Amino acid sequence: MSLWEYANPVKFLRLSERVLPWLWGLAVLCLAGGLIWGFFGTPDDYRQGSTVKIIYIHVPAALMAINGWFMMLVASLVWLIRRHHVSALAAKAAAPVGVTMTLIALITGAVWGQPMWGTWWAWDPRLTSFLILFLFYLGYMALWSAIEDPDTAADLTSVLCLVGSVFAVLSRYAVNFWNQGLHQGASLSLDAEKNVADVFYHPLLLSIAGFVLLFLALVLYRTGTEIRVRRTRALRARQGSGAGQGAGAPQEGSA
Amino acid sequence: MMPELGKYAVAVLSAYGATAVLLVALIAVTLLRGRRVRAEMQRTEARGRTDA
Repeated sequence: MSLWEYANPVKFLRLSERVLPWLWGLAVLCLAGGLIWGFFGTPDDYRQGSTVKIIYIHVPAALMAINGWFMMLVASLVWLIRRHHVSALAAKAAAPVGVTMTLIALITGAVWGQPMWGTWWAWDPRLTSFLILFLFYLGYMALWSAIEDPDTAADLTSVLCLVGSVFAVLSRYAVNFWNQGLHQGASLSLDAEKNVADVFYHPLLLSIAGFVLLFLALVLYRTGTEIRVRRTRALRARQGSGAGQGAGAPQEGSA
Repeated sequence: MMPELGKYAVAVLSAYGATAVLLVALIAVTLLRGRRVRAEMQRTEARGRTDA
């Protein structure tokens, strides 16, 4: 069995029908578990007070905003190199989910920043690159809807995705590249000493798992929808050309 | 029972509220469009079978 089998839309739909109920269920369980545990079951931070509870939505949403773009990048590269339609449609399907995650990260960051930094917004490297990433998401979606031919749209949006990846990387590593600005460094790291305290860490991990699973469920479901839109368009084109031939109307290239 | 959020209650609750609104809207739009598109495809397939 090869991964490329799922480039076949029928096989992809069959797999997603089997996997989706599990993904939705696990996403709800992890998300509810992480958020309820974090909100009700953790103490206030000694410096940030109860605002530390925002970490359970801000960090997972920011993580998915950046990784959502990387998922789109991989799917776009597969489209550009191997011309599998399902991968182009998966990238298209992920954009509205990614833009929502980016918006959640921006809003919760502003709401958190106001009491802690004394400002809703600062032109800090990480915040600015995140705002640009948000604009790239909007531009990507606008480009898909502005171009009528799906293959041309997939080509151009894939190139835009490659360019936008610079800002996805900057959103993640801006704090390390420019040692300035208000935003702190990463809250999570493979180096255990750099992580937040255990009492916040475990519900945060569960919440992150919930956001990842929700992202996967939404992208899988939306990709299925995009595949059906494409099939409906193809069927209509075929029916339209068939009806035209039946009526004796000449149809150039309809064979 | 509600935890004591102190002077940051508005900030914390508005962050959670905004997130809930956005996620629920995203999920609702996704599921509604999915159902509409699926029904549309089935209608188109049925029309194709009838025409054939």
